[in-house]
Amino acid sequence: MVAVAIGGLVGPIILLLGAVLVPAIGAGVARPLVRATLLLSLPIAISVVLVNVFFFPGGQTVLFRIGPITATAEGLVFALEILARILAISGAITLFYLTTRPAELVVDLERRGVSARLTFVANASVQTVPAMVERAGQITAAQRARGLDTEGSVLRRLRGVLPIVGPAILGSIGEIEERTMALEARGFTRPGRRTLLWHPPDSGQQAAARWLLLAGGVLIVVARAAGWLPWLG
Amino acid sequence: MLVLESVSYRYAGAARPSLRDVSLTLADGEVVGLAGPSEAGKTTLCLVASGLAPRTVGGTLTGRVLLDGEDAAPLPIHQLAGRIGIAFASPATQLSGVADTVYEEVAFGPMNLGLPRDDVIQRTDEALAALRIDPLAPRNPARLSGGQQQLVAIAGLLALRPGLLVLDEPTAQLDPAGSRLVADALARLAHGGASILIAEQKTDLLAEICHRVVVIAVGAVALEGPAAEVLADRRLDQLGVAAPAGVRLRRAAQAAGLPHAEQERLRQAVEA
Repeated sequence: MVAVAIGGLVGPIILLLGAVLVPAIGAGVARPLVRATLLLSLPIAISVVLVNVFFFPGGQTVLFRIGPITATAEGLVFALEILARILAISGAITLFYLTTRPAELVVDLERRGVSARLTFVANASVQTVPAMVERAGQITAAQRARGLDTEGSVLRRLRGVLPIVGPAILGSIGEIEERTMALEARGFTRPGRRTLLWHPPDSGQQAAARWLLLAGGVLIVVARAAGWLPWLG
Repeated sequence: MLVLESVSYRYAGAARPSLRDVSLTLADGEVVGLAGPSEAGKTTLCLVASGLAPRTVGGTLTGRVLLDGEDAAPLPIHQLAGRIGIAFASPATQLSGVADTVYEEVAFGPMNLGLPRDDVIQRTDEALAALRIDPLAPRNPARLSGGQQQLVAIAGLLALRPGLLVLDEPTAQLDPAGSRLVADALARLAHGGASILIAEQKTDLLAEICHRVVVIAVGAVALEGPAAEVLADRRLDQLGVAAPAGVRLRRAAQAAGLPHAEQERLRQAVEA
């Protein structure tokens, strides 16, 4: 959010390095962070660069031409600015997922008053992914045993996906009723707060760091809006 | 004590009722088995007895379900959760899906009830110990075998300290080892004085743990009585229920003309 608010090129890059990459190195997740961030950003980054470099309105400084299409320096600068913001946003989100255990997140949210149903949905969604992957693997093996070809050309693979996706989704939907009944039978729909057995440790230093980050973010945005940081580009 | 008085039940949109004028009593400390072929109405009876039908699944119920003399119809489902526990056939769908450990999974129900933390811990410890699955406490429930998951699901119910348990084919989706694991645990609970209504196709399990057996056919009670009598009734075959292995062996021995002493020896061997 701060990256979007401050705009320019230098600001988001400083944020990306200081608030994302450095903490990621400290947490030992720099390598998966870079890989996941690039993968997340790649599709939108390609379209942003192509559209802005070749079709930037008001672009005057010509870099090169491909037939009737002209690449401009103004378009390239704008594309880089957008790209820096996208990388800062996807990097921050990736860092959050790489360094936060879902169970700790939902317990802490619930402790702070967020509805148990909301945290259940968030947690169950994350936990369902491995189960779905496992189910898809079982269905794939079963369909292969009955002669389904899931290897070879792209077209052949696509044809092979349909008989797997159908049972995987229908099977999950079929389980919903029984899962709902099992939750009801265990008092899940009772109104009021649930008892929490534990919550993640939250030291004074962590709380101070959170407030500092928030205050720093607000300060930078205000300073940028007031024109005090022209060098951010 | 659970009493079903002339209960009939029809699912929404169904052409005919799934239960027809069923009356049944489960006394405190009693274990009652429900036998019957597929689609006979066993699961529906379990849902009605536990209060989930029609509350959660819809449909129309006539007759009365009494829990310790109190009409269960007006009770909210979360209040029933502390009085009746229900387990289903599929182990995986009964797990909350949000617990990282077996301990948290078993504690899920008491946590939902908002009980004091110490109470939640005590109930969880007791439930794990009752089913002898304390060593599984730190394990991820999703990584357990089907039989172990079913025990975790039942422990989750026990932690709610319900007056009675309703078990809908708890071994139906388990392999022989898993079935044995669950059967042994249920036998211990039954002998420990728990009140259990159990629907099961495996009549050997019913013979092992039940005081009485009720046979359901096309939504109505077809046979009812002491487990030994009902499970030896020759009408079971016509009702689509396989008699326990011991009963079939005895019949085969009689048909083969084995001497009475030999038959008695076989019976003792099977029971052992």
